[in-house]
Amino acid sequence: MAMWLFIIADSATFAGCLVAYGFIRNATANWPRPFHGITNVALMTAILLTSSLTMMFAVRHAEAGDKAKAFRWTLITAVCGIMFAALHLREWFGMIGEGATLFHNPWGTPLFSSLFFSITGLHLLHVTGGVLALLAVGFRYRGGRYNADDLEITGLYWHFVDLVWMFVVPLVYLLNLAH
Amino acid sequence: MTTAGAQNRSAGKDIAVYGCLVALAAIQFFIAYQDITASQMFVRMLIVAIIEAAVALLFFMHLWENRGLKWFVMIFTVSVILGMQYGWTDSFRLSNGVPWAK
Repeated sequence: MAMWLFIIADSATFAGCLVAYGFIRNATANWPRPFHGITNVALMTAILLTSSLTMMFAVRHAEAGDKAKAFRWTLITAVCGIMFAALHLREWFGMIGEGATLFHNPWGTPLFSSLFFSITGLHLLHVTGGVLALLAVGFRYRGGRYNADDLEITGLYWHFVDLVWMFVVPLVYLLNLAH
Repeated sequence: MTTAGAQNRSAGKDIAVYGCLVALAAIQFFIAYQDITASQMFVRMLIVAIIEAAVALLFFMHLWENRGLKWFVMIFTVSVILGMQYGWTDSFRLSNGVPWAK
């Protein structure tokens, strides 16, 4: 129940950010559309969706009492999270290299960069926290200090991180594709 | 049914849900390349995202199997949204759809 309450509260945080982003985007004339390709974001989405599936496998094996397999799938999920974060950082550094920072945007209004880095940064922070949680819970589960329920609760958080990305992608990336 | 059989069935269901989510994500990317206005694009993408989120919530987060929790999450979330829309002192901003009062 505590995790569900956390998820509901965190949903409100992300909803607030995304609604504010929507309002500002609508109210700003000549909103920039700097994204030229979808390869990177498509790959990030595929990795995150796949990590939800691997997390499900981990939980299923934990429920069945197969500790070794549950631990292995948890590690695979954490690796997916690390890959996602690496791709995200690569994209960030690419944009920073083009002159975009939290307070400066080479394509027009600085609000674009501020919102882009804030929203994706908040999500990246959640992914990083999730990877750390997966590793901590996974190792403790293998060591016998945590049980299948603990792994399932961590899985809930991981699915939530995936769920938020489903809204970040269309609003922050796809609506800003250059045509 | 044996434990292994039940596990295979669960894995099959999980893969089917995953396939559904990938297909929905692909639809979002497809919409991004449609020749439509930004607001039309926004509405279509948001609908797909809500369906995607519902699928993930119901099947990956096990809301489907927990009736009590399902109702709790639904009622709590709707109450918060309604509270923000009608109870919050700045709610006129949401109603007008602009970031400042007009």
